[in-house]
This record gives sequence, C-alpha cells and structure tokens, in this order.
Amino acid sequence: MPENTPVKRRKFQFFDFIEKPMELFIRICGWSSIIGIATIFVFIFKEAGPMVPRLDWVEFFTSSRWIPNPAPGNPASYGALALIVGTFGTTFIALIIAVPVGLGAAVYIGEFATGKVKETLKVVIELLAAIPSIVWGFIGLMVLGPLVKSIFTAAPGSAWSKIMVTLQLASADGGTTQGTNLLTGGIILALMSVPVIVSLSEDALRAVPDNFREASLALGANTWETVRRVLFPAARNGLLAACLLGMGRAIGETMAVLLATGHSNRIPEALTDPVRTMTATIAAEMGECVQGDDHYRVLFILGIVLFVITCAVNVAGDLIIKGVKKANKA
Amino acid sequence: MTQTNAITTRDLKLWYGNFQALLGVSVDIKQGQITSLIGPSGCGKTTLLRCFNRVNERYGNVRTEGEVKILDKNIYEPDVSLAELRKRVGMVFQRPNPLPISVYENVVFGMRIHSPQKLTTSDLDDAVEKALTETGLWADLKDRLDAKATTLQLEQQQKLCIARLLPLKPEVILMDEPCSALDVEGTKAIEELMWSLAGKFTIVIVTHNMAQARRASHECIFMLMGEFVEHSRTEDLFLNPRNPKTAEYIEGRYG
Ligand SMILES: Nc1ncnc2c1ncn2[C@@H]1O[C@H](COP(=O)(O)OP(=O)(O)O)[C@@H](O)[C@H]1O
Ligand SMILES: [Mg+2]
Repeated sequence: MPENTPVKRRKFQFFDFIEKPMELFIRICGWSSIIGIATIFVFIFKEAGPMVPRLDWVEFFTSSRWIPNPAPGNPASYGALALIVGTFGTTFIALIIAVPVGLGAAVYIGEFATGKVKETLKVVIELLAAIPSIVWGFIGLMVLGPLVKSIFTAAPGSAWSKIMVTLQLASADGGTTQGTNLLTGGIILALMSVPVIVSLSEDALRAVPDNFREASLALGANTWETVRRVLFPAARNGLLAACLLGMGRAIGETMAVLLATGHSNRIPEALTDPVRTMTATIAAEMGECVQGDDHYRVLFILGIVLFVITCAVNVAGDLIIKGVKKANKA
Repeated sequence: MTQTNAITTRDLKLWYGNFQALLGVSVDIKQGQITSLIGPSGCGKTTLLRCFNRVNERYGNVRTEGEVKILDKNIYEPDVSLAELRKRVGMVFQRPNPLPISVYENVVFGMRIHSPQKLTTSDLDDAVEKALTETGLWADLKDRLDAKATTLQLEQQQKLCIARLLPLKPEVILMDEPCSALDVEGTKAIEELMWSLAGKFTIVIVTHNMAQARRASHECIFMLMGEFVEHSRTEDLFLNPRNPKTAEYIEGRYG
C-alpha cells in the first residue's frame, strides 16, 4: 500500500464503488415481479391474440359444446360454459367448507389452544400446506371419491337414491363410477385452501395488539366474546385477505381437480355430478393440440378468463377492504 | 369515623413462575375513597392492582395464595364468576386501550356482554349519553359517536376507557398509571375526573408520580419489593411518614 494513501478514504471509495451496482440490483429485484407479470401477460395475449376476433364469444360463454377435435359431421366448437361453471362450482363448495373451518381453526390455535396442543396443530397445518397437489388429487380419486360415492349414490330406484335425487344431491342415473365429481373436487380444494386460510388468519389475529384483548377481558368478556366482538372487527382486513388467497388457491388449482372432479364436460345437475374445470382442461389438452392452431389459442383464452377472474377477485377484495376502512373512519 | 372497606387483602402472595412478586400483602382499602399505590418501579404495584379483578390470571404462569375480599366476598373462591367480578371491578390501563370499534360501541360493550336480555336502543342511547356526560366527553363526541375510538386523541381515549366502565355501575375502579401516556393537560383532566367520580366509586390508582399521589388521592399505600410498607392518609404519609423506608422513598432515594 503506498504510504501516502489515507486508509480511511480507500474504504469510502470501496463503498462508493459498490453502492451504485447494489442499488441497481435491488431496483431490478423490486421491479422483477412487475416485469414477470408483464411478460406473462404479453405472452398469453400474444398466443391468444389471433383467435380473439375469430372466436364466437357468445358461444364461448353460453354453450357447453366443447369440441376441440372436429370430426366429419361434428364441427369444431368452443363452448366453455360448463368449464366455467365447473371452476366456479368447485371453488364455491371449497369456500363454503374452507372459510368456516379455516377461520375456526385459526381462532382455536390463536386464542384458545396453548402449549403442546397449539404447537402440534401449527405443525400439522404446515404439513397440510406442504402436500403436493397431485397427492391431493390421488386422495380425491382413491379415498374421498369412493366414500362420497358410497354415501350419495345407490342403485337407481332405491329409496336412498330417490331421496338423494329429490334433494339434488345425486343424479338419477346413479352418479359416476369413480365418485369423482363436483362435491369430491370441492372438498379436496377445501382441504387445500384450509392451510392457507388458517395460517394467514392466524397471522392476522396475532397482529391484533394484546391490549385490546386485555381491555375486553377486563370488562368481563370471555374469550369467545372477545374473539367475536373485538378480534374479528380488528383483524377484518387480514381475515378477508386470508379468505381471498384461499379462494385464489382453489380457483387456480389444476392437478388435484383434474383427478378429483371426474373431468366431464357437462353442467352439473346435482351435487355429485362430475364436472370439469378450466384449469384441468388447459392442462389436459395443451399437450395434444397443435401449437398455433385454434384449439391451442382457445386454451390461452381460457387462461385469460382465469386471469381476469382472479384479478376481479383481488380488486373486489381491495375495494371491500377500502370500503371497510372508509366506513370505520366516517 | 366508621368506614367500610371496599377491598381487604390478607397475606396475599403471588408468583410469576418461580418469581414471587407479592410477599404476603395485607391492606384495607376504604370504600368511596381514592387510594393510591406508590413505590419504586418493579415493587409489585401493578401486580397487586391486577389481583383485584384477577386479570393477572391470563398469564398461564401465575399462582396466587391468600385472600382478597371485595365487599365481603373472597374473590379467589372457586364459585366466583370472573365476568361478574370484572363487572363490579372495572379497570383502566396504562396505555389507553379503547377497543377498535366505534365510540358508541365502546361505551355499551360491557352492557352487551353482561345483560342477559336484549337491550333496547333507547336504553343504550341513554347509557352512552350518561357515561359520556359524566366523563366530560359528551360535548366533544356527541356528533362523533360512530367514529372509531382508536382515532380519538389520547386524553379522550383514556376518558372513554373510564366512561365504558360506568354503565356497568362498578363498585371499584382500578387505574394503572392512567396518565403516564398523557401530557400535563390530559393528566389534569383525568385527575379532575377522578375527583368527580370519588365517593360514588372506590378508586385505586397506581402511580409512580408522587406529586400525582399527593394531588389525587385521599389515602396512600407505599410498597417496596413486593411488600406492604405503610398505609396512611395521603397528607400524613407525605408529611409524617411512620416508616423510615417511606421517608427515604418520598425524599427521592429510590428510583
Ligand atoms: N407477566 C410477568 N411475568 C413475570 N414477571 C413479571 C410479570 N409481570 C411483572 N413481573 C415482575 O413482577 C415484579 C413486579 O412487577 P409490577 O407489578 O409490574 O411492578 P410495578 O407496577 O410496581 O412497576 C417485577 O419484578 C416484574 O419484573
Ligand atoms: Mg406498573
């Protein structure tokens, strides 16, 4: 080191030198999510684009004739109504189950359970979240499906079958052979959304300052009254966000519903009719279509519809949260 | 002067896990008076206060021995209902902690919890107006009853925390350093409010501010290291302390 170089200055020079690239790097990291989304957006629209003016949109949204492989006398037709109904139907059933169960579990873990029970439950929930979706599909196919079938369907004409048919829980023809259907798919999706809802709701509850709980208890409320009257209002935004993310998981899920819903393109008439979702259709047919043909592009349009639905759900959630905030301020 | 005691403790001991925070405290707190608990930080003032409505018990590691009688009922007996106890013994905390709901709902929170039958809107409205008037908030807040309570100024928040106890007609109001988060004005306002509520309620206030104890209490209890040291009329305790330790403390020799 040359004698007359002040050591202190050299150090500063080094940081000067590293600072700019670091800043740039961090900036790129920050922007990467936006760049990523934009790239996906551009790609999907580019692939779907040529089909947008040609597609019969009325048919797409109002008919269930999904015939991607035309045959003589059976022209191609892209009616996605049943697929959309399948996606919404399974998601709806999943939420009916997962929201109460998830919120209940979060409240129990966060506010009632203590010690070993609490720790065990948290680990189990994390384990549930780590199960790959194909395994859930398997469980739907091999375990839950047969169970659902044995409960809801019976020999056509039997008394049980009549009851089920009257209540629209099963179709008159005795239902599916596998037991994979709307209900099975919905339950599997619920099981997959529950860990998301539980862990995010628990975070939201934990974020509520403890002095609110203390205030409520000191006024004579018990834990349940505190949860209902204090914690739920205080954690409302976080709980809503948890449910929306759970819903996102249900809408976007592919492999599990492919196996657990029966993958049958029809509008269900009963709870245990097989259905088919948009995601499963894309996954199943993408491999067999010719890149660049109409079928290929329509699958991308299905992707856009999914994209729009999830965006709408998120925006709706944001608006609800903002509305809640405003109402609180007013 | 014959006066009934609102709170009587006999040989009250409390452990947090293995640490004993109260070493057998016996005090008699007179009904309708303001009694202040003073002593250096960590001597167990808050702990003792929190025994009086058993809110200590929400920490799992707390063990209590001895007797606490509030108006002749031992509150540590197994048949005591915590809800009923806390209705009779209200508490105001160090940091104002209004609930994150509207001003109105804060005031009627206790009524909703404790009343078995459905309350009519006019009952609730009356209770809100009465409680806010008594605490000097009505003029400021009567047009903002739907505002979220956590958006109020700190002084208003702390007054609201007192106001929400009143519809339950408590016998005792416990206050744990209720002014430590407030400025001089706020402190003065709360002390005035305490004087206006004294007589109707028994007030026990924890403070580490001796000037406040002098200004705002009839009686004064001095504690040291989890032990009771002295209990006198406030002016006696400050002018003629009987215990040398008390004298040292009020002369400022402990923190
Ligand atoms: N939740 C708790 N767990 C364990 N120790 C505690 C707890 N609360 C208070 N303590 C201890 O008990 C003693 C008395 O505390 P506290 O009653 O808060 O004193 P003060 O209010 O007089 O400052 C202190 O030594 C404190 O560290
Ligand atoms: Mg204290």
